[in-house]
Amino acid sequence: MPSLAGLFFWMNSKFENIKKIEVSKPLKLDCGKTINNFPLAYETYGKLNSNKDNAILVFHALTGDQFVTGTNPITKKEGWWATAVGPEKAIDTNKYFVICANVIGGCMGSLGPKNINPKTNQPYGLDFPVITIRDMIRAQASLLDYLGVSKLLCATGGSMGGMQLLQFCATFPEKTFSAIPIACSASHSAQNIALNELARQAIMADPVWDNGKYLSKNVQPKNGLAVARMVGHISYLSEKGMQEKFGRKLQEKADYEFSFNADFQVESYLRHQGYTFVDRFDANSILYITRAMDYFDLSKQFTGGLVEAFKNQKTRFLVMSFSSDWLYTTKENKDIVIALNSSGADVSYSEIITDKGHDSFLLNEPEFLKTLKGFLDSMYEKFKK
Amino acid sequence: MKKEFKVIADLLPNNTRVLDVGCGDGSLMDFLQKEKNIEVRGLELNKDNVQKCINKGLPVIQGDAETELHQFPEQSFDYVVLSQTLQAFYDPDKVLKELLRIGKSVIVSIPNFGYWKIRTKLLISGKMPVTKTLPNTWYNTPNLHMCSIKDLFSFCDEKNIEIKKVIGVNEDKISLIKKSNLEIKNFFSKVGIFLIG
Repeated sequence: MPSLAGLFFWMNSKFENIKKIEVSKPLKLDCGKTINNFPLAYETYGKLNSNKDNAILVFHALTGDQFVTGTNPITKKEGWWATAVGPEKAIDTNKYFVICANVIGGCMGSLGPKNINPKTNQPYGLDFPVITIRDMIRAQASLLDYLGVSKLLCATGGSMGGMQLLQFCATFPEKTFSAIPIACSASHSAQNIALNELARQAIMADPVWDNGKYLSKNVQPKNGLAVARMVGHISYLSEKGMQEKFGRKLQEKADYEFSFNADFQVESYLRHQGYTFVDRFDANSILYITRAMDYFDLSKQFTGGLVEAFKNQKTRFLVMSFSSDWLYTTKENKDIVIALNSSGADVSYSEIITDKGHDSFLLNEPEFLKTLKGFLDSMYEKFKK
Repeated sequence: MKKEFKVIADLLPNNTRVLDVGCGDGSLMDFLQKEKNIEVRGLELNKDNVQKCINKGLPVIQGDAETELHQFPEQSFDYVVLSQTLQAFYDPDKVLKELLRIGKSVIVSIPNFGYWKIRTKLLISGKMPVTKTLPNTWYNTPNLHMCSIKDLFSFCDEKNIEIKKVIGVNEDKISLIKKSNLEIKNFFSKVGIFLIG
């Protein structure tokens, strides 16, 4: 059996060559605790020009990371938003400087529950403080200072990335010239909290989870984490999209097996998604990040609700939603638009018609990518010095 | 830019806040923003037009004015512009009420069904008129509630809506319309532009 020190060395060696800053400024978390001298991992694409007016900050979603495009050095797979970001893509890295940081609470190099708690010399596990979406974006503001970007051309993100973005705009109204929240919400709905709870319960029901202390034993609650991921994957598709993709098709067989193996393609798909996920994600991070999403209610932070959250915004917004997204519905996205309108902000809104559900923002949806590009390029024309 | 937009632009003072309902490809908004430093917002149903506005960097909300005007707060704009679409709504009365709620003033333009060519076409051929301004036939026209300048005049009177200015447009010619010349202008104007509220 490898020694604990050896295990940590192995775990961290994968993360040796990724970009990181150490945030020395103490960050008072919403839960009351303070963190300082913590690592924040990030990646950038393209070059910051001499006027420093071409920077775009991307916020990642629940299971995303800082590796937006190109090859993810940890998973060796394509970056999660390679459809939209890259040379000559909608967010053109030949033209723009794209920044993305791993959220705190995550597991791709930023401070999270798998990091070593200096007090115990063991991974934090459940001793990690509960974090919020606001904590995440406050941590990322330090990165912008480090990179010398005083004002972003644009900030964008889908799903939880969109939630971080809304929070970012409310907390730092001067930090970005434009913003593109995609398929998100200003407060997590009961249905979304319920789905997150399902994911958490799946992890916590796995005996290997052991109250979050599994890392000290060099194991992962794989079964629980895989189920949690399957729940997610169902919610990212639409009923119609799923029917069209899988229907009742059987998985490499002519007839039912009369067993509980994956007879149907949809089962096989879910198992595949679930069990490949466990190799790259920490189960405790899922608990912490989903919690942050559930606690997110931007309107609650301001006495005048969402309208006050966006008061005096000079940021130009483009809100986008997808017609078949039942996780972050068009209605929820429109509520953001209504609040922005009520506060007099400069806001555009476009609903993309598609069967591909919440996942659409990660896929090659021409209409979506065209709108993204059109907005971004026009904003650059207005912003550039 | 078409003559009608020039007339509308002339009615709008500089440095104001304007909502363009049914803003199309944004050509009016673009002009107002650039030439008159007007803070513009658009509402547009057609996807391609929404895309065009976004490409120009114009703030536009994809939506249906018939059902989605409620999202704009009361008196949140100095002017609301509705160009040649009033007649296409199921409930123009309700839409106009909404426009007057949102805007301190409202500019509404209509294709004038009282224009002499339309009148004579119907009179002589006995068929629904098809003209340059009204290019659709009876079964595929989006115009559910055609009206004349005179109709809209009486409508405003009935509803106690203040008429501040009415302008008739015929090709390049524009003329001020008052109660005293209403009959003749209703006969010779292709388009009527009302400043009300």
